[in-house]
Amino acid sequence: MSAVTTWSARRAWVVRATGLAGVVGMAFTVWLGLWITPPDKVQGNLVRLVYLHPPVAWVALYLAFGLAVLGSLLWLWPRTRNDSWDRLAGAAMEVGVVFTALTLVTGSLWGRPTWGVWWAWDARLTSTALLLVLQLGYLALRRVASEPEPRARRCAIGAVIAAVDVPIVHFSVDWWRTLHQGATVLNANLSPTIHGAMAWTLLLGFVSMTLVFAWMVSVRYRIATLADVAADRSMQQALAERWAEGMPEAPVEEEGGVPAGVGP
Amino acid sequence: MWRDALLVVGKDLRIEARSRVVVNQVAPFAVLVLLLFAFALGPDRSPMAHAAPGLFWVAVLFCALLAVQRSFAVESGEGTRDGLRLSGLDPAGIFLGKTAAVTVQLLLLEVLLTVGVVLLFGNGVRSVGALVLTSVLGTAGLAAVGTLYGALSSGLRVRETLLPLLLLPVAAPVLLAGTRAWQAALGIGTSTSGNPWTSVLVVFAAVYLALGCVIYGPLLEAM
Repeated sequence: MSAVTTWSARRAWVVRATGLAGVVGMAFTVWLGLWITPPDKVQGNLVRLVYLHPPVAWVALYLAFGLAVLGSLLWLWPRTRNDSWDRLAGAAMEVGVVFTALTLVTGSLWGRPTWGVWWAWDARLTSTALLLVLQLGYLALRRVASEPEPRARRCAIGAVIAAVDVPIVHFSVDWWRTLHQGATVLNANLSPTIHGAMAWTLLLGFVSMTLVFAWMVSVRYRIATLADVAADRSMQQALAERWAEGMPEAPVEEEGGVPAGVGP
Repeated sequence: MWRDALLVVGKDLRIEARSRVVVNQVAPFAVLVLLLFAFALGPDRSPMAHAAPGLFWVAVLFCALLAVQRSFAVESGEGTRDGLRLSGLDPAGIFLGKTAAVTVQLLLLEVLLTVGVVLLFGNGVRSVGALVLTSVLGTAGLAAVGTLYGALSSGLRVRETLLPLLLLPVAAPVLLAGTRAWQAALGIGTSTSGNPWTSVLVVFAAVYLALGCVIYGPLLEAM
């Protein structure tokens, strides 16, 4: 049990280093994005949001959701079933919700001056909004009080049902409406169509956002593990107390009372 | 699997035929929803006729929620859930049976809703075949994913509030594609062909029917 409650020194160090690297990287991204890189020909200073918005979206739409679905599938597969996959899925989805919401907020901030509206019924906006609701549904499912095993099963199945929906949503909404600009960095021939300094800043943004995500998920995972251990311990303690109540010869009073020879 | 599915669909439809909950409660609710839409969009007929396909599918979504909730309320009392689990029926069969029962009930409601849309909102129908086809496909997909989430949330104390949150976003492609296909079938707007949207409905229904057959076994253990 102590292996569960405490991280090994090396693991704790790796997590801390990841978090530190992520935060420092973000600080550098902000510095480069706000002061060093040139304004865009067409968009002017608005382009600076591009160092933040795509990295956040990458984490939210691909990394977090993908990790949560992967964890759910690995839990569902009998050979790889392990509580840690359930915790990983829960942690990734919970952090993912924050990033999805941030994607919508940063996109909205950019859309107001560029498109003239806070919100447009564009394909990517709509499917991201739907993804947010799907993620919130998963979290609601996770919050339902229940035994750990059925809860893990329900959450894993719920994640799979939602995950299957994502490509369908994506394509149907895509046909429905398209206004969002196409992918800039990962376009078909993989040659970025932006200025050098901007590309490096954007790359740094991607890397540090990914590190921040990894750090947050690790910490959240650890909290989930500790919560499980705490629940287990308090259950065992309660059981021990009930057992003690049931035995009249057990010296129950002495435990709570003042030990002999210590009082005034 | 198919025999088990027939047994379950027979059981569910027999329960409905005797209790008449969907007929007595959900069908009037569907009509009520149409009336409410009419109040919301005003007495002028043209916005109503324009919005009719979307309103139809929103009404179907609401009815699907109620039908799924009813379908699993039937399984909740007097240990029937354990009975179903211990019956030795194939989980895929149970899933297909319950999905089929919900589909049949929803299709009957949709006939009523279609008549209501045509009469109350004054829509003409361009292609009856396309209308029926898209309705059947959309309803099958809706019932399949509804049955999955119904089973997932059944037995939980918060199921009434949880089910809409889970089901409605996932059912969004049905609403979207169904509406577009209906616009084509009713001859509204500029959309000339509903074919791509019909294929979305086909994919949705196929994906969730297949997923349900695979995943319903593990799902029954969590119920």
